[in-house]
Amino acid sequence: MSEALISLQQVTMQFEAQRVLHAIDLDIQRGQTVGIIGESGCGKTVLLKLIIGLLRPTVGRVIFDGKDLTKLSERELTRQRLRFGFLFQGAALFDSLSVYDNVAFGLRAQGRKSEAEIRELVCNRIQEVGLPLSVLDKKPAELSGGMKKRVGLARALALDPEVMLYDEPTTGLDPIMTDVINELILQTRRRRPVTSIIVTHEMKTVNKVSDRVVMLYPLSRLKPGEPQILFDGTPEQLRACADPRVRQFIEGEARDRLQELATKA
Amino acid sequence: MATVSSEALGLWRWGRRKVAEAILDLGDLSIFAFHILAGMRRRSSYNTLLPISYSVGVRSIPVVTITGLFIGMVLAVQAYAEFYHLGLATRLGQIINISVVRELGPVLAAVMLAGRVGSAMAAELATMRITEQIDALACLGVYPVHYLGTPRFLASVSLIPLLTILANFMGVLGGALICIDVYHVESHHYWENVRGYIGMWDLMTGLIKPIFFGAAIAIICCHRGFYSEAGAEGVGRAATRAFVLSFIVVLVLDLFLAMFLNNLYDYLWPQARHML
Repeated sequence: MSEALISLQQVTMQFEAQRVLHAIDLDIQRGQTVGIIGESGCGKTVLLKLIIGLLRPTVGRVIFDGKDLTKLSERELTRQRLRFGFLFQGAALFDSLSVYDNVAFGLRAQGRKSEAEIRELVCNRIQEVGLPLSVLDKKPAELSGGMKKRVGLARALALDPEVMLYDEPTTGLDPIMTDVINELILQTRRRRPVTSIIVTHEMKTVNKVSDRVVMLYPLSRLKPGEPQILFDGTPEQLRACADPRVRQFIEGEARDRLQELATKA
Repeated sequence: MATVSSEALGLWRWGRRKVAEAILDLGDLSIFAFHILAGMRRRSSYNTLLPISYSVGVRSIPVVTITGLFIGMVLAVQAYAEFYHLGLATRLGQIINISVVRELGPVLAAVMLAGRVGSAMAAELATMRITEQIDALACLGVYPVHYLGTPRFLASVSLIPLLTILANFMGVLGGALICIDVYHVESHHYWENVRGYIGMWDLMTGLIKPIFFGAAIAIICCHRGFYSEAGAEGVGRAATRAFVLSFIVVLVLDLFLAMFLNNLYDYLWPQARHML
């Protein structure tokens, strides 16, 4: 197997007294589409932010294309981050800027393209995500949740990233818009040789778009010595997995949780 | 006895933890300030300077005008009775104007900046933090402290002296209005006594201090916003803490700057005080 594009080695992440990730080892190959699933609070988003260098691990190394992101200066890290596109959970559009300025932001920051080239690229990306050009002058507050996600995707794609990170891309969307986003993820992969990592709760998204699934489990629920990655395989293997904790998640059943919550209360 | 000693130990540990936290916070603030200053070398830091300057400067004009005017008027009202009984009513302008130019104008402009602009800066940046807009900036190849912090710093530092001039002018005007139009102090003598009493040094010190105030306010408020806690409560707390801390720092800075500038005056012109 070729050298992994992204490699997490014994990554542990702790916020003050709270440990979120512990000794994570994960290799992601170039061109893969990896779905990361798991309960809320198990550290999926933190994992995504570690991969792009927005957070530095408490312990361990994050290797991207042979470079240890934990050892890079802020300037070099910024350069490496440009190779990533990040679709945030709430889209994270800049409220004070129009849709056009949001999508053009990264291109302008790089300063390598003329305004005419930027305009052409922004229009292409907006059309690529299925939005009319009439949205360009609107402010993010005037857009629906699905439109915001698509503008966020257009902004992330504007820099032609090698790796796309999606943080719960379909959360809060209706079933039709959820499928639109799924199709856009697939379309993005078809159009460019991009490596994708998708953090999601939606099993439909996982089954439709990913060719590998990684399931994280909250540290507080693990037995001593158990690895935090509960499952790593294809969507087909996931569906056939016999681990009751994996089954509980993919079937979306509360089981003992209600009783557990009542005991805590 | 055992209870007392365990309480004392708890208090000691609490105090030690608080001091350690304060030292860490100060170190963090210093590094943040360094990054803001380093951002002045980046061209991208100036892209948003104009709209931020408009928000910091132009939008502060009404509030600084009103507060400056009323502070001058209140000073006149409070001082008039004392001065009148001593037969020094025509000298009221001297005490009002020197108070305004040396202390009240700069501090008032700084407090207005901290209250109106500083807390808004903290709330805006805190909202950007919790909605991941700051992370999004980092992902788009921009260093957020340079892009968001440096222009706010530059706008505050460069515009607070102008706001101070406005506060000074309105304070002087407010004092004169009350003395001349309400208490009927003879205007010729009022202005004649004021003339020459306020020197260039007084004006300059009144304009040097605000630069430090503006810098402190911008750094503290941006820092609080950048490292806000999550949720609406976190944003509110960031805005409140930003104002309270910057207000206290302004007062402390004012004291030390006043002492330093007075010593500097004595050093530069040792004979001058005896001539007054």
